[in-house]
Amino acid sequence: MSALIKYIDKPHPVTGVTNSKLGIWCFIASEIMLFGGLFSAYVLLRSGSTTWPHAATVLNVPLATLNTLILITSSVTMVMAWASSALRDYNKFRMYLGLTVLLALAFLVIKGIEYGHKFEHHHFPKESIFFAIYFTMTGLHGLHVLGGIVVNSYFLLFGKRMWDEHPEQFTGRIEAAGLYWHFVDLVWIFLFPLLYLV
Amino acid sequence: MNHASHAHPLPFWRKYIFSMDHKVIGVQYAVTSLLFLFFGFGLISLLRWQLAFPSQPVPFIGQFFNDTQMVGGIMLPEFYNQLGAMHGTIMVFLGVVPLAVGGFGNYLVPLQVGAPDMAFPKLNMMSYWVYFIGGIVMLCSFFVPAGAAQSGWTSYPPLSDVAPLGQTVWLIGMVFLITSSLLGSVNFIVTIVQLRAQGLTFFKMPFFVWAQFVTSFLLLLAFPPLEAASVMQLMDRLAGTSFFLPSGLVVGGQPLAHTGGGNPLLWQHLFWFLAHPEVYVLILPALGIVAEIIANNTRKPIYGYKVMVFATIFLGFMSFVVWAHHMFLTNMGTSMSSFFQITTMIISIPSVVILTALILSLWGGSIRFNTPMLFAVAFLPMFGIGGLTGLPLGLTASDIHLHDTYYVIGHFHYVVAPGTIFALFAGIYFWFPKVTGRKLSEFLGKLHFWPSFIFINGIFMPMFILGLAGVSRRLYSPEYAHAQAVQPLNVFISYCAWGLGLAQIPFILNFVISLFAGKKVDSNPWESTTLEWQTTSPPPHENFEHEPVVLHGPYEYSVPGQKKDFLPQNMREN
Repeated sequence: MSALIKYIDKPHPVTGVTNSKLGIWCFIASEIMLFGGLFSAYVLLRSGSTTWPHAATVLNVPLATLNTLILITSSVTMVMAWASSALRDYNKFRMYLGLTVLLALAFLVIKGIEYGHKFEHHHFPKESIFFAIYFTMTGLHGLHVLGGIVVNSYFLLFGKRMWDEHPEQFTGRIEAAGLYWHFVDLVWIFLFPLLYLV
Repeated sequence: MNHASHAHPLPFWRKYIFSMDHKVIGVQYAVTSLLFLFFGFGLISLLRWQLAFPSQPVPFIGQFFNDTQMVGGIMLPEFYNQLGAMHGTIMVFLGVVPLAVGGFGNYLVPLQVGAPDMAFPKLNMMSYWVYFIGGIVMLCSFFVPAGAAQSGWTSYPPLSDVAPLGQTVWLIGMVFLITSSLLGSVNFIVTIVQLRAQGLTFFKMPFFVWAQFVTSFLLLLAFPPLEAASVMQLMDRLAGTSFFLPSGLVVGGQPLAHTGGGNPLLWQHLFWFLAHPEVYVLILPALGIVAEIIANNTRKPIYGYKVMVFATIFLGFMSFVVWAHHMFLTNMGTSMSSFFQITTMIISIPSVVILTALILSLWGGSIRFNTPMLFAVAFLPMFGIGGLTGLPLGLTASDIHLHDTYYVIGHFHYVVAPGTIFALFAGIYFWFPKVTGRKLSEFLGKLHFWPSFIFINGIFMPMFILGLAGVSRRLYSPEYAHAQAVQPLNVFISYCAWGLGLAQIPFILNFVISLFAGKKVDSNPWESTTLEWQTTSPPPHENFEHEPVVLHGPYEYSVPGQKKDFLPQNMREN
């Protein structure tokens, strides 16, 4: 990597952001368009549909509520991990980032249990448009959660060298990972009422 | 500026194969996409045989195809459809966009903004290799049972949902290509916003950089909805869902076993939400290249630089609100049609502004007619014809007659083939000395230009007449009564297409010979003002010996009171 590229660790004096922060914002903008495509498909398919199941009767609302709480909590621990990183407290940083990963894993496990129940009752994506969109949207969101787990685990396991050598850049990366994580959280906050409640 | 990386030369594979240098990646993109362009052209010139001489065996090469493709050298309809669908996909997604954005953009944007590299070199390397894998996946689809995708480059359901395996491979390839262009666009935006050299304000950037900047936003925001649509189509094909399948569908006389309740028009909305902005992804970098070359070869500033920039931004914005003009025949209602007719008419305004500014730039210039300039000047009327013939398609009344005929093919090819691809050729002739330190032969260049110019018009001009006669764009057999009257034109078009293929031989020869034996030139052979010419050819590992400081606008040609007729952006008055 070129040592001459500027604004890797310090913000640009005019724009006020580092390269990675601007990059992650651009990435999130495109992710919004990706999920936007699915959300608009939901609206179009539902408005053109003659029957639509009452979601609470076919989906497990209490489990999804628990998952919502877990995901919101993980956003809090993610912020704490970033703050600890900025304050140069490695042990706290590790604890909070580890908690974030654990909570994300818990989310996926609960999601898996939910999927398992659906399959047991022979609810598959091909059953109806409702289940098609339910599995596609939650599945794609689940993949994003998995992506967050991979990124955060990478920082947890292999981040020490950069923590020592380029502390500011490292904190910037945690911030970028955090922004992505909050975005994944936010998508769920839209998915939850859309699929389970209305 | 010495530092560690100069001391340790990189191993071959790190330097040329898995390189993180934007210049190498740009060349990788350019060479790969040129190969794809020629391959995509090969597919359509094979298809042209069937249109010129329906149901006659293809001479000589016919024997090399298997029984699912040709029987006794006679092309089967399924194979004809594969050739058409893959031609469109390859030309757009594997040829023109990677050449214009991946090739030219990668090579030139960091140089023109005075940066040492792209903002994220590793991401840059990854975007090339993701594109490469996507391309290989697309090519492999010819070898799966029943062959490649057959549902047109637009992949409209329900047809694409029930098509053979090739369509699944097409979708997987698309997901790779979309991911690649996403990574690239993030890189471009960050590089242009953050890494401009000292003094290079936004309104001192060359127009080419502006064009790439707006293009990146289009790629960033328009492609993901197609990714969503591709995921849904994959679900339809692999998991048995019915996102795009309506209830009660009958295929081949049999009711289709599926749940239904889906909507084929949903695909069209998501697809065109990408594919209309995609048109500007193709054309904007081309306009950028043409602007650079015209300014350089008229030896005067381009006319209305700021107006062109604002027009480009407006164009980028408007391109998101015109997509449904591809869907006038889908019964979407008059108020919706009116909205999309109006926005379509509005979006023609910035295009006309840019084109007019470029034409006015020629006024009063002492023009040097070298090969890049010939291609760049030819671009102007070709793009003009392409644009003007689009207007009848943007109005519902005339679109009813012209929709999905050869008129449409003529229209968009005028924009993309003699338009964009001519501009890309102009760019290759213009920046070849920067990349290699050698110049392409002018003689062979002109031998490439003139036949190409004549034949390409011979291909696309008659298509307007075919279209007005009502010949459908995907017609396998032109033996119907309504098509018979214009069949001689089809034969003429095919001969022109093969002629165009032959006209590329001087280019290939020129490219290969000049690479090794071309005339050596100094770093600034065209006497240009922009930053990329103010460093050696080819530029050193980190582009500039000293970080450039920009003092002037991009096109300070023939400034009164100066000794030379050009004033580089980073040079004090001479």
